[in-house]
Amino acid sequence: MITKKINCTVNGRQVSIEVDIRASLLDVLRDSLHLTGVKKGCAVGECGACTVLINGEPYDSCIYLAVWADGQVINTIEGECKEGRLSKVQQAFVDEGAVQCGFCTPGLIMSTTAMLQSGKKFTREEIKAELSGHMCRCTGYQNIIKAAQKALED
Amino acid sequence: MYDIVNYEEAGTVQEAIRLLQANPRARLIAGGSDLLVKIYKGKITDAELVSLRGIIALKDISIEGDGTVRIGACATFSRIAGHPLIRKHVPVLAEAVSRVGGPQIRNIGTIGGNICNGVTSSDSAPTLFALNALLRLEGAGGTRVAPIQDFYLGPGKVDLRQAEVLTEILLTKENYQGFGGHYIKFAMREAMDIASLSCAAVCKIVGQNVIADFRLALGVAAPTPMRCLRAEEIARGRVFSEELLLETGRTAVTEVNPRTSWRATREYRLQLVEELSKRAFKQAFVKAGGVLL
Repeated sequence: MITKKINCTVNGRQVSIEVDIRASLLDVLRDSLHLTGVKKGCAVGECGACTVLINGEPYDSCIYLAVWADGQVINTIEGECKEGRLSKVQQAFVDEGAVQCGFCTPGLIMSTTAMLQSGKKFTREEIKAELSGHMCRCTGYQNIIKAAQKALED
Repeated sequence: MYDIVNYEEAGTVQEAIRLLQANPRARLIAGGSDLLVKIYKGKITDAELVSLRGIIALKDISIEGDGTVRIGACATFSRIAGHPLIRKHVPVLAEAVSRVGGPQIRNIGTIGGNICNGVTSSDSAPTLFALNALLRLEGAGGTRVAPIQDFYLGPGKVDLRQAEVLTEILLTKENYQGFGGHYIKFAMREAMDIASLSCAAVCKIVGQNVIADFRLALGVAAPTPMRCLRAEEIARGRVFSEELLLETGRTAVTEVNPRTSWRATREYRLQLVEELSKRAFKQAFVKAGGVLL
């Protein structure tokens, strides 16, 4: 087994960890750091369930090698709720009933959070395009888009 | 866990070439959105990887004094789509790469990988074919520059030689300046899908709607991306008209050789070639400043 030591920031905390060169960032987040809010869906970059923010941009952590995380700033769903208070995006998903089985929710919240943090304005069509890398097999898209709209309005 | 037995990071192109020379089994990895999936699915086993991710210079997008637009092979689709130089000089390329996968894939996938994996459904290839893109390839023996058309040898097969690295995509001024361009990706879904057929058209106009230049390139219409040279020839020098559109579409169909796959039958693709060629030509004409009468 070949390992490599990486240093990165995960949800605001400095992490220094030996990672297997064969591991995806998803593997390390779930199995080593126990951040199981990052979901493993398709494992091939199609469903978006494993989406995390790397330097503020959404990535599929399943097709991102763990060794690439060296020096990066990573945010997962676990870092969004602060002192027991849901983030604006999380609250909007609750308010709009945008959560059914919940499997796609962490990824969708991270992509929506990236949009919110960009400070840009998004039309409904642009929201759909930005969230197009996520699949919701409960087909709850209408409420998900409503939640994103709510989170992104001032 | 991915079936990776060795992983090395190159800090420079020269180092990547050395690592490839030292280990003929080694493969280059850039974004990994294609390669890692192949490893996951077992199409590649005992992978030995040389990563290009640490080579900052390969992510650069710039313009030279003579107007040549240079795109580093490791520039991601997101970076290309949002880059002011690309949006100003070759907006059709920004449009085309915005159709790749979804946002997460465009954040990781690179234009160099999209070319080197050699697939006919590459979203960047038809536009790069239409723009007569040149590829800069660096190897142990030196650097060569090859037209993208010559680089594709067959499905999944490109002319990337032993210990060679694609470093840049070059778009010369005479191949983009004054052109209007349009890209159409025809797929079952608006996102996260692979083209059933794709079509890029670029066109330049002189005087009263006269087609000074026209180039038509297709993806998934043959084993590799391709140009429709006869259709182009028919359009050059003619005044734009609905009749010309019909003739161009009819001619394009005679030049292609699509296959039947689960995505679409050959017959369906032939119909798409004719229809999308007309639509892309018309939009490129309008974007080039042409007036529809």
